[in-house]
Amino acid sequence: METQYLIVGASHAALSALQAIRMQDGEGSITMVTRDDALPYSPTVLPYVVSGRSAPERVALKDGAWFEQNKVGFIRGAAVTALDAAAKRAKLSSGEEIAYGKLLLATGAAPILPPVPGLKDVRFHVLRSLDDAVKLKQALPNTKQAVVLGAGLVGMHAAENLAKAGAAVTVVEMQPRVLAGYFDAEASAIIEAAFAAKGVKLMLGAKVSRCETAGQGARVTTDTGATLDADLLLVAAGVAPVVDYLTGSGVAIDRGVLVDDTMRASVEGIWAAGDVAQAKGFYDEAKTLNGILPSAVEQGRIAGMAMAGDPAVKPWPGGVPLNTYTFFGQQAVSVGSQDQGEVVRKEVDAKRYLKIVMQDNRLTGIFGINVPFDPGVMWEIILRRIDLAPVREAFIADPLKTARTIMSRTWR
Amino acid sequence: MGAYNTISFKPEHCNGCNACMTACATAKTGSADIANSRIQIVADGDAFELAMCRQCGDPKCVSNCPAAALDKDAGNGVIDWDGSKCVNCLLCTVGCAYGGIVYNAAAGHVVKCDTCDGDPACVKACERGALKYLTTAHIYNEVGDLEDLFVPGLAGCQGCNTELIMRHAMRRIGPDTVLATPPGCIPGMGSVGYNGLTGTKVPVFHPLLTNTASMLTGIKRHYKRQGREVNAVALAGDGGASDVGFQSLSGAAERGEQILFICVDNEGYMNTGMQRSSCTPFGAWTSTTPVGERGAGKTQDAKNLPVIMMMHNCEYVATASTAFMEDLYDKLDKAIAASKRGFAYLHIYSPCTTGWRFPSQENIEVARKAVEANFVLLWEFNPRDGLQLTRDVDQPLSIADYLKALGKYRHLSEDQVAHIQATVEKNVSFIKGLAEGRHPAMAQAMSGRA
Repeated sequence: METQYLIVGASHAALSALQAIRMQDGEGSITMVTRDDALPYSPTVLPYVVSGRSAPERVALKDGAWFEQNKVGFIRGAAVTALDAAAKRAKLSSGEEIAYGKLLLATGAAPILPPVPGLKDVRFHVLRSLDDAVKLKQALPNTKQAVVLGAGLVGMHAAENLAKAGAAVTVVEMQPRVLAGYFDAEASAIIEAAFAAKGVKLMLGAKVSRCETAGQGARVTTDTGATLDADLLLVAAGVAPVVDYLTGSGVAIDRGVLVDDTMRASVEGIWAAGDVAQAKGFYDEAKTLNGILPSAVEQGRIAGMAMAGDPAVKPWPGGVPLNTYTFFGQQAVSVGSQDQGEVVRKEVDAKRYLKIVMQDNRLTGIFGINVPFDPGVMWEIILRRIDLAPVREAFIADPLKTARTIMSRTWR
Repeated sequence: MGAYNTISFKPEHCNGCNACMTACATAKTGSADIANSRIQIVADGDAFELAMCRQCGDPKCVSNCPAAALDKDAGNGVIDWDGSKCVNCLLCTVGCAYGGIVYNAAAGHVVKCDTCDGDPACVKACERGALKYLTTAHIYNEVGDLEDLFVPGLAGCQGCNTELIMRHAMRRIGPDTVLATPPGCIPGMGSVGYNGLTGTKVPVFHPLLTNTASMLTGIKRHYKRQGREVNAVALAGDGGASDVGFQSLSGAAERGEQILFICVDNEGYMNTGMQRSSCTPFGAWTSTTPVGERGAGKTQDAKNLPVIMMMHNCEYVATASTAFMEDLYDKLDKAIAASKRGFAYLHIYSPCTTGWRFPSQENIEVARKAVEANFVLLWEFNPRDGLQLTRDVDQPLSIADYLKALGKYRHLSEDQVAHIQATVEKNVSFIKGLAEGRHPAMAQAMSGRA
């Protein structure tokens, strides 16, 4: 078959690109292909499918009627297995070939399996697809002892769910603290304390040296010689872009697909966005992976606009690390970089945490636990490099209110 | 996607009383704690600003939601939050750069404005008019579905509202129409066409200034005799209607011809070089009432043409302004209906960016100020109910401020301003007297045709 626009992937970056294309080009043929045999969903919702908060049949971001309305051919359950970039043809796992005019790679990321001897031979779970989530959820009631490898967002969410389901949970993390990508030691300590209070055991700074089958489950041995028996083992050691199908295509890849400021890949007619893309960072020009949902939405929008020739397209400003994390009813928000500039305010107690980082009177990062501020407004203040000198003291004293004032003055 | 109703905020009218926040918190949580309000007034020195959901057209909160818990309602434009799907991940708050969706600790989830199902509590609580709920969207949606009966490419002066009046009126009146556009700005903009092609998609003709209403009379009667229901419509200027065209207009009104006569009043002969008409107000500069050593603008008051038309006891007479489109549309509908029974006259005020000398982006604001200063009054009349004000202005803006906005009054002396002030007050008193049935002329008008 032939299509003007081919979008590979069906999550946030892909959907955002699709909407941007349709804003500019109401008629051009669009085909969306996804390896999942499901309507589009977000990997971010999966921990909530595991916990039972979200019913698997209610997490679809779009339905068949939406695709029909937007005149999009939606092919699910078919992965792209090979790409002939010169001929502009993609080969699907179903055997079908699609000739395209413009191609968006939004294939996301897949779990990394750490090189632990024996891991491949034991039964373990990962959490990246809806199938994974349903399987993990089904395993919860029968789990007495769970081991989670990795204390990133996926691992921590899963640990909380497992603990709430009544399992004894141990999290093993190589870093000296949890969520090291988003929080400093003191903020992480608040989160760690909440988990400890719920009986979750955190083994930080620990490395797994061996896995082996033990009864129905697995036995995990750490580099200090400790052994953990698990009837459920979850590997949540991070993710890596899905790029295997690009081998031999000529598309330049480092860790992900290298893209420029309008999400163009190195080969003409190909764009990439979301977790699969490696675009410049905001604080330095080096291209980096920034696998977070809000970046996927932005990058998808830019790619879609560029693909459709929308003259309003604005270049990617660079990835800002940011995230939100809810644990045991508490809220942690991280916007920006921990280490660009100086800490101008830091307040820590058992339940509350606030840190503000500035460089030359410009906000570079703000981090809070159970402290309200508008992350979207802060992100914008960082991206615009707004000079806070005139309101510096007010901003440090009351970031929520002062940021809203800046918003009102600047871009309302 | 069409236009939607929306909450508007005018910071210059806000005094930070926080009544809106109290009302919102009370409506949404039952407690008056303004921390729970979904509208947040933000003090910025002496000024006040607003953080609340803007119901964006391309909402990032929705794009950022991993759980499909947020969705823009295509019907009313409101971004709906579905508590049964929300997973409390707060990624929506990362997407919003306006502080419009925030985590509320008391509720235990994010909250946002839902416009109270189209009846926002905050707006009702605002006594200073800083918050308003704009409901004109439905007009544009409805009219947008109707056929535009003018061709593209009509060219008026920059900022002129006449094209808006023409296109919107004709969409509503519909294609079964014969249109007369006597000399003036409207044919000047191309309504009668160029090079043998008309500027309309309905039959249009270019009568003399003097005979517009007479020719429409003949056309309407001809079609009636043929048994065809055709709208006979005039889109005329104030010069053509109030000066040399008045005798035919008055005659047709007196005979009760079934005509819809729309007068677009820009207070002079603007297309031919800005000469004065009998609708030009006292003191106004025009090219024939110049300002110089001896001249100081027009020395006579304007003729109040709509009142004169009312005194013909027409089936319907009304004044309207493009600053108040709901009112204009309401009157247009009534005028169209009335023209099936008798003579309908609609007088629409049209500030002239070129001839009145004000910046082209301010047309609608000038139109609004004219109404809010009582310089013009919005009312309607039919023989059964008499005259009624449709927008009674209790605390008018100062006339001096209205005059200052316009270059054509820049030369005015204090005496002239005082004269205009007195004329406005007299007119307000006269019209209000008519509205209250106090004026003997009204009693006479309401006695019906002899």
